[in-house]
Amino acid sequence: MKSIIKMAMATTLLTSVASTSFAEEVKLGVFLGFTGAIESIVADMGPAAELAIKEVSESGAFLDGSTVVGVRGDTTCTDAAVAVAAAERLITSDNVNAIVGGDCSGVTTAALQNVAVPNGIVMVSPSATSPALSTVEDNGLFFRTAPSDARQGKIVTDILMERGVKSIALTYTNNDYGKGLSDSIKTNYEAAGGKVTIVAAHEDGKGDYSAEVGALASAGGDVLVVAGYIDQGGKAVIQGSLDAGAFETFYLPDGMVGDPLPLAIGEDLNGSYGAHPGTDSAGAATFADMAKANGFKAGPFAGEAYDSAALILLAMQAAGSSDSAKLKDKVFDVANAPGEKIFPGELAKALKILKDGGEIDYVGASAVELIGAGESAGNYREIEIKDKAVTTVKYR
Amino acid sequence: MEFLNAMAILANYVIVPGLAYGSQLALGALGVTLVYGVLRFSNFAHGETMSMGAMFAILFLWLFKSMGVSIAPLPTVLLALVPAIICAAVYILITDRVVYRFYRIQKAVPTILVVVSTGIMFVTNGLIRFVIGPDDRSIGDGARFVMKAREFKNWTGLDVGIAIKTSQVITVITAVVLVVALFWFLEKTKTGKSMRAYADNENLALLSGIDPEKVVRITWLLVAVLATVAGTLYGLDKSYKPFTFLQLLLPIFASAIIGGIGSPLGAIVGGFIVAFSEILITFAFKGFFTRLVPDDFAPEGLVQLLSTDYKFAVSFAILVIVLIIMPTGIFKGRTL
Repeated sequence: MKSIIKMAMATTLLTSVASTSFAEEVKLGVFLGFTGAIESIVADMGPAAELAIKEVSESGAFLDGSTVVGVRGDTTCTDAAVAVAAAERLITSDNVNAIVGGDCSGVTTAALQNVAVPNGIVMVSPSATSPALSTVEDNGLFFRTAPSDARQGKIVTDILMERGVKSIALTYTNNDYGKGLSDSIKTNYEAAGGKVTIVAAHEDGKGDYSAEVGALASAGGDVLVVAGYIDQGGKAVIQGSLDAGAFETFYLPDGMVGDPLPLAIGEDLNGSYGAHPGTDSAGAATFADMAKANGFKAGPFAGEAYDSAALILLAMQAAGSSDSAKLKDKVFDVANAPGEKIFPGELAKALKILKDGGEIDYVGASAVELIGAGESAGNYREIEIKDKAVTTVKYR
Repeated sequence: MEFLNAMAILANYVIVPGLAYGSQLALGALGVTLVYGVLRFSNFAHGETMSMGAMFAILFLWLFKSMGVSIAPLPTVLLALVPAIICAAVYILITDRVVYRFYRIQKAVPTILVVVSTGIMFVTNGLIRFVIGPDDRSIGDGARFVMKAREFKNWTGLDVGIAIKTSQVITVITAVVLVVALFWFLEKTKTGKSMRAYADNENLALLSGIDPEKVVRITWLLVAVLATVAGTLYGLDKSYKPFTFLQLLLPIFASAIIGGIGSPLGAIVGGFIVAFSEILITFAFKGFFTRLVPDDFAPEGLVQLLSTDYKFAVSFAILVIVLIIMPTGIFKGRTL
């Protein structure tokens, strides 16, 4: 009898401990391609996500004074097997509560389906843009602060049409991202009355692209659209085309926009243009300043990375729990209206509002507005290469 | 005029890159063929040896750059070739002393040596990544072009340009010089003759007093020269990326086998055959024919035999065809 009473007392004690939710250490996986095809972009995305984590952790207002740490995992951007293993480690060995990432569409899909969904862990990707991710079976666990490429195809077409381009040659990196984007560009551009002379894939990581360039050149076209990666085949195809005099103007989709490209290729790239997700909302400028103060650049997808981490943490606060199963239902609530608008650097304020039972509308660095299956509606920054630098034309 | 334009297209996209690529393959295949001829095994580590040599060249290039040495308008990396060859030779001789020699004394069958060379390939690959990392590096400096496409257009008035890169010219010239020197060495010098004797009949060569270890050493030294030059030229022409040398192994072996493995002349011919077939079979001839035939007959499609995705399949296909039809290759090498 005595032991039963003891048992009961112990149980009551335990439950009371659990329900008052003492401060804990929340872990957030930062699951990006720190090495591989887009490492030069991730160099800014990783610190951006970690900045949001630090901001929330140091606010003291998060889940009764809980702290947050980021745990890095490497997607490699292209190698699904490595990415799945890294996600497995984050979830089962590091016990992360949710994941910021992955970055490239193929590895993100693989990690989501093989690891995150079976383990019930929320993933918020800052940069996976494949249209296939809109319809993937995700049990409501997957969100992204980047728009789907289905939307990017429309933007590409608008920009090309405004500039009076009648025909394009199209090359894409042979994976989910490249294929999805090129399909979307082709469909949209042809529907708008443009002519696509050739759609040719290129493999990343090869030494020689002269055959690809030869085929593209033979098909011709006013502009070459390169739906590839900046550190990989995409750059090599552009260099090869310029060397051979095949094309003079290039359209650069999101994976190709970045300062290293004009620096590597030089003056010949001047006059080429493109667009990548970006916004002129007040948040973007604030974020750029914050990035500068913390020693990184507000490069492509860096704002989205910050927003991804912030969304997860705010959803945790709204749910009052760091559990993925609970926070997934709050992501839409914190991201969209109604509520007070939250810009970068105001995470502490947002946490306080949520704690007091108020509502927020997270705007963040990339003007987040979630639609459909949990993806950003999308704002794009149209750029043009001038004097070996990426310059803004306008936002759309 | 249209005829000239069509020819310019062919020259720009097929002939110029084909010549440069063919020279690179020929140099690689020569190395493979030498090892096969003299040491009697297929050296799968050859691609990585090329990469290793190129890596040394890059390390010395950085050293020279930091010292402010330059031989503009030629790329400085040419100067770095000499110390790089010495380093690569030392590395190869160490692998021979530590690994291959053991199996040679045991008179191991060629199949075992192939597996051994695969092991060396992986170790070398790891060392390279350890030292220089897997990144893509551009190693050219000095003048990039001998003739720019735009200059050619202005000069001739054609609407298709021909671009000739400095690296392509250097590649072809170096390959010719190296091949001539190699042939002179094999045909005219006493050491070269003893190598050929050893390759022809090992026992008879031993009876005539030829030192086998010396022959082996000389062979590896030649391989070091060929591999370093081939690897560096490939890196200079495209860009240096350690991963790509593994992919290069297939076309290199195809070149050696097509020409007749063990035959140096065959390696060169094989290199150009593989290079031109890869480019011609995957080239889209639309632009070429559009300019040659009257407008009404201009092709709608791309006139491309195979999509560029299948570039490497071309080497495979040629390899299979040659092995079926004439297993000894064009210049009557050995059968595999």
